[in-house]
Amino acid sequence: MSSDPPAIAIRGLSKAYRLGVENAATTFREAIVNAVAREGAGPDPALLWALRDVSLDVARGETVGIIGRNGAGKSTLLKLLSRITWPTEGEIRLYGRIGSLLEVGTGFHPELTGRENIFLNGTILGMRRHEIRRRFDEIVAFAEIERFLDTPVKRYSSGMYIRLAFAVAAHLDPEILVVDEVLAVGDSAFQRKCLGKMGEVAREQGRAVLFVSHNMVAVTALCRRAVLLEHGRLTEDGPAGAVVQRYLRSLESLRTTPLDERRDRTGNGALRLESVTVRNVTAGGGLVRCGDDVRIEVRYSSPHATLRDVHIDAIVHGPLDEQLCQLSSASQRGDFAEVPGNGTFTCTIPRFPFEAGAYRLTLYTTVGGDIADWVMHAAVIEVEPGDFFGTGRMNDEGQGLFLVSHQWDVT
Amino acid sequence: MPDWREVWAFRDLCLALGRRDVTLRYRQTLLGVVWVVLQPVIAGGVFSVIFGRVARLESGAQSYFLFAYAGFIAWSGFSNALSRAAASVIGQGNLVTKVFFPRLILPVSALFSTTVDFLVGMASLLVLFAVVGSPISPAVVTLPVWILLLFAMGLGLGTIAAALSVRFRDVQHALPVLVQLLLYASPVAYATAVVPESIRAWFVLNPLAGALDGFRWACIGTAPPSGLSVAVAIAGAIGSLVAGALVFTRFERQIADVI
Repeated sequence: MSSDPPAIAIRGLSKAYRLGVENAATTFREAIVNAVAREGAGPDPALLWALRDVSLDVARGETVGIIGRNGAGKSTLLKLLSRITWPTEGEIRLYGRIGSLLEVGTGFHPELTGRENIFLNGTILGMRRHEIRRRFDEIVAFAEIERFLDTPVKRYSSGMYIRLAFAVAAHLDPEILVVDEVLAVGDSAFQRKCLGKMGEVAREQGRAVLFVSHNMVAVTALCRRAVLLEHGRLTEDGPAGAVVQRYLRSLESLRTTPLDERRDRTGNGALRLESVTVRNVTAGGGLVRCGDDVRIEVRYSSPHATLRDVHIDAIVHGPLDEQLCQLSSASQRGDFAEVPGNGTFTCTIPRFPFEAGAYRLTLYTTVGGDIADWVMHAAVIEVEPGDFFGTGRMNDEGQGLFLVSHQWDVT
Repeated sequence: MPDWREVWAFRDLCLALGRRDVTLRYRQTLLGVVWVVLQPVIAGGVFSVIFGRVARLESGAQSYFLFAYAGFIAWSGFSNALSRAAASVIGQGNLVTKVFFPRLILPVSALFSTTVDFLVGMASLLVLFAVVGSPISPAVVTLPVWILLLFAMGLGLGTIAAALSVRFRDVQHALPVLVQLLLYASPVAYATAVVPESIRAWFVLNPLAGALDGFRWACIGTAPPSGLSVAVAIAGAIGSLVAGALVFTRFERQIADVI
């Protein structure tokens, strides 16, 4: 791609997971049963190729965005790069120290103080103790937690916690930095600071950065180059803008895939989202017009009779896949203490405030705090122009994404 | 064999994890320390009643309680090293699936809290000595050897268990039972001298026997271990460390996929 010295060279990389009990932790009894069953059973049971024959070169000074739907192999690629897991086939060559941030604050312990966690987390990320000591003041200043250094982090606000965690990681000084969606958290001012830091790392220090995100705005802002993963294969590699466009177009096909046939989902399956229906309460039917009352119905099933401590989010994405708003079950009535094993979540939105256009809906559910089912772009809401302001005529189109009740006066 | 250069490169992580375990163990309550001392007191008391009074076994020491107490301190050095190493990988599932480091760091770092507990136990033994007014024998200079042997066996076997327990979850349940069996098969609550001649030959093949007897010989001046049992203990320590490293390396690559 460029004449700069290479940082990462990936050749024919594949990773297979075995489905079923074979690869999971087992008891001795199961292992014996499996060993007996394999006798004469022929080839291996179903192999799931999380990644298939991926080749990629990244040069120093490059920031490459990795995009794709859930289950396309992004996380697997990062785990292989980070050496957390081993490839089934192919090879990875890394030219320099790699720092990977697959999660913010890995190994943070709530009972330990900020100071103690800086040292613990820093060494977990691969820093030597003297390096941390040398960068300690910078880390503390970046995180803006000077006054709380000797307070256990369990007393930190979530914002402080994330700032501290990112600050440690940002001072890791790796030659190759791998980042997974960590920027999805934190307040927006801090997000900008993190994005800035990442850009700085790549540009000024000649490091290679690999950045995985669902945030297309961040990918386009940060990366000149992007690659698209689809079903474990690398299908597109080029300028970030073009690859993002290609990805957004690929989302169109989701419109025709029913929710219960989608396989690109994440979660433990305590609950499974089956279908999404959007209804116009005011006018009846499925035609959504802005200004009408709209109800989103999400049908789900589960293997259990009842489910406890259930949370659901619907995230509305705009035309650039940017996150416009979150409709969370926690924001008003609190989460559901108990729900039937099969049922329908309904979310009512009075005076639907979005402009005419197509909006994607991501659904995210947790049961007992663990992700149960999470489907990116689970549904598309087509919005027709409507009479939002109740003036008897259609609102003007193309002047923004939202309609907001307002009134002008003059005195 | 593990990539020792890489393990060495991550030595600071090993220290940091060890420090974390110790801090958490001793910070939250004073009970941390109390518990460490209480365990051998209870075990020593129970052993001296059952084996000393009821079964009327001969310990060869001036008090059966002191004998059993010292035995239990040595034993807990071994058994804590074993069980904490064994639990180290499964207990750190979050780290293992999110960052790279040589996984061998986990069982090794579990040794830190074992060591601190052991030192607290040794301090309490010293206090007990002062109370009883026992003389200290010159054999005390050999003490580090026995401690090293016990820790090495605990770490080696614990590392094997840690690797296996990722793949086979029933190791976690089987291990406490095995450790309990080993406790009664080893000279902790009783002296090797009271073992009947007919099975003594087999008994000496337990690598723990030589190390435990040696520990007590050095501490409280009971009969020294036989040359054969010391040789078996040294072979057992080296063997279990090597086996631990080999088995762990074999399973290491699967850990993140399976855990």
